[in-house]
Amino acid sequence: MCDTIATLIWKDLVAETRTKEVFLTGVPFALLILVIFNFAIDVGADRAAEVGAGILWITFTFAGVLGVARSFADERDRGTLEGLLLAPIERSAVYLAKTLVNILFMAVIELVTVPAFVLLFNVEVAWLDLLVVALCGTVGFAGVGTLVAAMVANARSREVLLPLLLLPLQVPVLIASVKATAIVMGAHTEQSWPWMSLLVGYDVVLVAAAVLVFEYVVEE
Amino acid sequence: MIQRTLVAEPPLDDHAPELERVAALEARGVWAGFGDRQVLTGVDLTLEVGARLALIGSNGSGKTTLLRVLAGALRPTSGEVSIFSHSFSKNQRAARASVGVLGHQSYLYPELTAAENLTFYARLYRVQRCAERVDQMLEVVGLSHRRSDRVGTLSRGMVQRLALARAVVHDPPLLLLDEPDDGLDERSSSTLEAVLSTGAAAPRTILLTTHDLENALRFGDNVAVLHGGQVAAHRSTSSLGVAGLRAWYAAIAAQPRSAARQLVGQPAGTSF
Amino acid sequence: MDRGRDYALAAITLVSMLAALYAGLIYAPTERSQGDVQRIFYVHVPLAWNAYLAFLVVFAASIGYLWRRSAWFDALAHASAEIGLVFTTLVLITGSLWARPIWGTWWSWDARLTTSLVLWFIYVGYLLVRGSVIDERRGARYAAVIGIIGFIDVPIIHQSVVWWRTLHPESIVLAPGGPAMPASMLLSLGCSLLAFTLLYVYLLRLRFGAESLRHELRTLRRTSIVEAV
Repeated sequence: MCDTIATLIWKDLVAETRTKEVFLTGVPFALLILVIFNFAIDVGADRAAEVGAGILWITFTFAGVLGVARSFADERDRGTLEGLLLAPIERSAVYLAKTLVNILFMAVIELVTVPAFVLLFNVEVAWLDLLVVALCGTVGFAGVGTLVAAMVANARSREVLLPLLLLPLQVPVLIASVKATAIVMGAHTEQSWPWMSLLVGYDVVLVAAAVLVFEYVVEE
Repeated sequence: MIQRTLVAEPPLDDHAPELERVAALEARGVWAGFGDRQVLTGVDLTLEVGARLALIGSNGSGKTTLLRVLAGALRPTSGEVSIFSHSFSKNQRAARASVGVLGHQSYLYPELTAAENLTFYARLYRVQRCAERVDQMLEVVGLSHRRSDRVGTLSRGMVQRLALARAVVHDPPLLLLDEPDDGLDERSSSTLEAVLSTGAAAPRTILLTTHDLENALRFGDNVAVLHGGQVAAHRSTSSLGVAGLRAWYAAIAAQPRSAARQLVGQPAGTSF
Repeated sequence: MDRGRDYALAAITLVSMLAALYAGLIYAPTERSQGDVQRIFYVHVPLAWNAYLAFLVVFAASIGYLWRRSAWFDALAHASAEIGLVFTTLVLITGSLWARPIWGTWWSWDARLTTSLVLWFIYVGYLLVRGSVIDERRGARYAAVIGIIGFIDVPIIHQSVVWWRTLHPESIVLAPGGPAMPASMLLSLGCSLLAFTLLYVYLLRLRFGAESLRHELRTLRRTSIVEAV
């Protein structure tokens, strides 16, 4: 199982190093959203952390939707998904590998976006804390996102259907990540652990459920 | 020494117990299709180990659908498919491990090189000594010199040969090919023949679909007609010329489909 | 489906709905601070309760469908999701109608309202994904997956919006544990709960029956095609 997952991840990473598709489109897209938000919302110095946390996570969400959409759309359009599924591998290995790759791709985008955000919005950040929050939020997002992306890869109007199905399911991730991020950036004096425990709970429960149902999504 | 080895071996005569005989492929009552449109309406098919069956039928008769069901790519609406007695519904990994599939699509990743594609699939199939096997397969399909080129840059014929190498990279005892002769250039055609004839250690069982009757004779020991959603007729190809096959096929294809179904009235299933 | 039992269920539902109307509008005392507006509570709460019940049925039937692959479970899940969505819509509307005079606003990001709204979106997605693929069996599988994942998500969504509001400084508007209810109000509530649950069961039977007939028709058409060819 671990070998299989490693092989699947290796394949996606090699393909990405050749095309640099995610890096070259995802990063500019995320940066652009940050800039656009700056025009749309006046982020005063007194509420930079509070509003900024929201902006940051909407940026991650939009860039993430595009990222996870690609993970199965390409495989489906070229027919390679069928090739994968013909192999004697666990279906859950395909799910876990794709989820890990999506987490990795989102992390790359976040690693570029956050410094740019700090620079543009002039906020103080506890880097290590933010890293933990972002990781937990990203796991939840990619975990459910990968499942839904596999589903809509077949569907008519999949570009709209993916966010329509995914975002309501993501409400806890969005709320908890934004709150925890705001706390980490010093907006409130509260503890961030209730939000972190909510995030971790979501990650564990939803990813476990997704592992169980994934085979029904890719079945033909 | 030699004597003792011989004695230790199980008797190889025709009276060997029937228990040992496991069909390479067995399909029972397979219905498949989408919603109202069921393309297959109760296919029964058995392939004995070592059989080579060419499946012919008109366009839209369901050849590709049947092949996808047999490969485990499409779950039938009802019915059961087993590969070496491992059913797809109960032990799908064991069933999948014994099948090689050459489909309409190449299943290859254009960003990866020829060697990387084969290595990827060899690992998924848990092939022992992966690198050696990949080298060997590139050699067989004559692509050693292009091993480090991305698949996206290869010609159509090369991609077809590489797809064939992919299908047999794990040396499957059962090989399913969907119109492997479709649009093949000279080189690929001889490669296909080479791969089909130089089997693995064990006799390889082959099922291929084709619309070319000459190729049906060339690659198959037996030929079956898919008509009216079922295997309507079958026969051996020995002592059968192209003209004879054409006449036989025309007679079956001319039957109204309901009559074609009655042709199957023979005892359940078609065995090869 | 048994005609006689259908009529009996319809009759019982009708009678209990009338009783609930009487209990809610006439029998129950007028609430002191909110006045007659409070009476919407006898519609709102049973609707919400039954919406959750409907989604629970979707969840269970979805698991049943993936496990057994029988059209029966799929029809049940589909029927229940539609009714649940209609009930959730009514919950949101009645909630707004109540909130306008009481809170002075049509909408408030109250935890329960927000959860209902998110649920509404999830089950809209559930019905959309069904129709988004050509193959019906595939649509049924996708819907079942959303029916399972969505329902598992409900308690987490609820928890997150509760904290979202309560950890917020301005929102201690709705503290849990409101004023205790007089017995007559509780009785009225119980009556309308029963009535709406019967309504749910009745609608479910109707919708499920229609869905089963559609399935049967499809099967018949399929076999007739085979006979014809």
